[in-house]
Amino acid sequence: MERVKNVIELENVAYTYGGGYLLSGVSVVLAPGTFHFLTGPSGAGKTTLLSLCTGALHPSEGAVRAFGADLSTLDRDGLALMRRRIGMVHQDCRFLDHLPVAENIALPLAVSGRAGDTAAANLRELIAWVGLSHRANALPPELSGGERQRAALARAVMMSPDVILADEPTGNVDWEMSQRLLQLLVELNRMGKTIVIATHDLNLIRAAKAQIQTRVLRIAGRRLQLAGAAL
Amino acid sequence: MSRGLMLRTLIFGDDQANRIVPPSGYTARLTIFAAGAMAFLAVFALSLSLAAGRVSHRWSQELAQAATLRISAPADQMADLTAKALQVLSQTPGVARARALSAEEQSALLAPWFGNELPVENLSLPQLVEVIEDDPGYDATGLRLRLEAEVPGAVLDDHDRWRRPLVAAARALKLLGWVSILLIGGAMATMITLAANAALSANAQIISVLRLVGAQDRYIASAFVRRFTLRALAGAAAGTVLGMVGVMLLPSASAEGSILTGLGFHGGGWILPLLIPVLAALVALGATTQAARTRLRSLP
Repeated sequence: MERVKNVIELENVAYTYGGGYLLSGVSVVLAPGTFHFLTGPSGAGKTTLLSLCTGALHPSEGAVRAFGADLSTLDRDGLALMRRRIGMVHQDCRFLDHLPVAENIALPLAVSGRAGDTAAANLRELIAWVGLSHRANALPPELSGGERQRAALARAVMMSPDVILADEPTGNVDWEMSQRLLQLLVELNRMGKTIVIATHDLNLIRAAKAQIQTRVLRIAGRRLQLAGAAL
Repeated sequence: MSRGLMLRTLIFGDDQANRIVPPSGYTARLTIFAAGAMAFLAVFALSLSLAAGRVSHRWSQELAQAATLRISAPADQMADLTAKALQVLSQTPGVARARALSAEEQSALLAPWFGNELPVENLSLPQLVEVIEDDPGYDATGLRLRLEAEVPGAVLDDHDRWRRPLVAAARALKLLGWVSILLIGGAMATMITLAANAALSANAQIISVLRLVGAQDRYIASAFVRRFTLRALAGAAAGTVLGMVGVMLLPSASAEGSILTGLGFHGGGWILPLLIPVLAALVALGATTQAARTRLRSLP
């Protein structure tokens, strides 16, 4: 896989919703191996910003580039291929509830036609890494909030993506589980993955800053600001 | 994905792709029922069309080469006039052969109306002569003129007057059968498209998850297309079997029977309805593929 200078770049991006600007003049560069927090009040546009990064939403103005490619130039198949390089963890996890946890985690392999290769052999190891070996055959609705988040994280890293975007991954779990999820993300960052976590949990940010170099970005007044010094 | 690989995936399936869409749902039952009902009707439409084709062929080909000479005369002159008529016919170019019907044969012709006990010999019935045409046929106008001169009371009926509208009706019925089959196919495609759209809408959340993990539209579509194609195949197979049993139970064609008692399939014709499930599956394949493409394009 080619080495790119920047994983994701947003250049003067604006996004309108309901007739008004939700985001405006947003420019940010996510370099390989960096760790970012994205903060802001509820409804500020954190989830929207992450969706713009994956091509799930299209900017009203400006450009979003992933691995050097302008997402607006990609067709649907191109976007699908791009998403295989971007691991996404949603707050609501989004599983196929009729499939066991292990199959949900292996879903990225299945849809990319790699179910039989060496990545599949790593599935058991990955499930063990997130501490869900005993729940591999359970259905998603049977999992606790923390287990669901860990399963979602495992699915996001299944294809060994270059960047992992996590939207409020600790929103529905207790502090102990938040710490456990943070440790997993820190481990991934130490493996060279770019991490972006959207959260309004300042304690989580402080805990991360205590052990790894991070950059905190804050959405306020439709714009993105660097907020590290305040934390 | 190449066409070959797509076809192989369609036939043999991809276990994972098969499992990503929950198997239950009313769309499954709707598709199977619609395909079954349409196949059942298609069997009868096909049977009707084939029967009409056979009748049309028989009336236009076989009867076209036959004519009837009717001789009306007093009983004491009938034998002479019949012999004279046969002589005229034997000398007419284009007549392959001619023979006078026996009293038993004439009685059999009247049996449907008067029963088998009719004392034909006591009735003053015209003598009928069967005339078989050669190829090319005879000059009907010339023959009529000669008969008029040599066999008074003889009337040549080449069946054309009643055969032509019957052949036209049989051909129209045959066409109607094929149009019915096309309409049945169109109705099935419509129903399966609606069912596929409903299934795609009901599974929008699943499609969203698949896109999240990098699934391309053709992968998502294949899961739905294969399922609907196999459901249509299964439903149509059941409907076809029931339809064929129904056709088998219809009254069999008799010598006197025409289209109403000849609706069954004959010989190799029994193979034709077996193509209906295959065609139904192809219709479902096309309809679901189109529905999936359109629907996936409209989903975010």
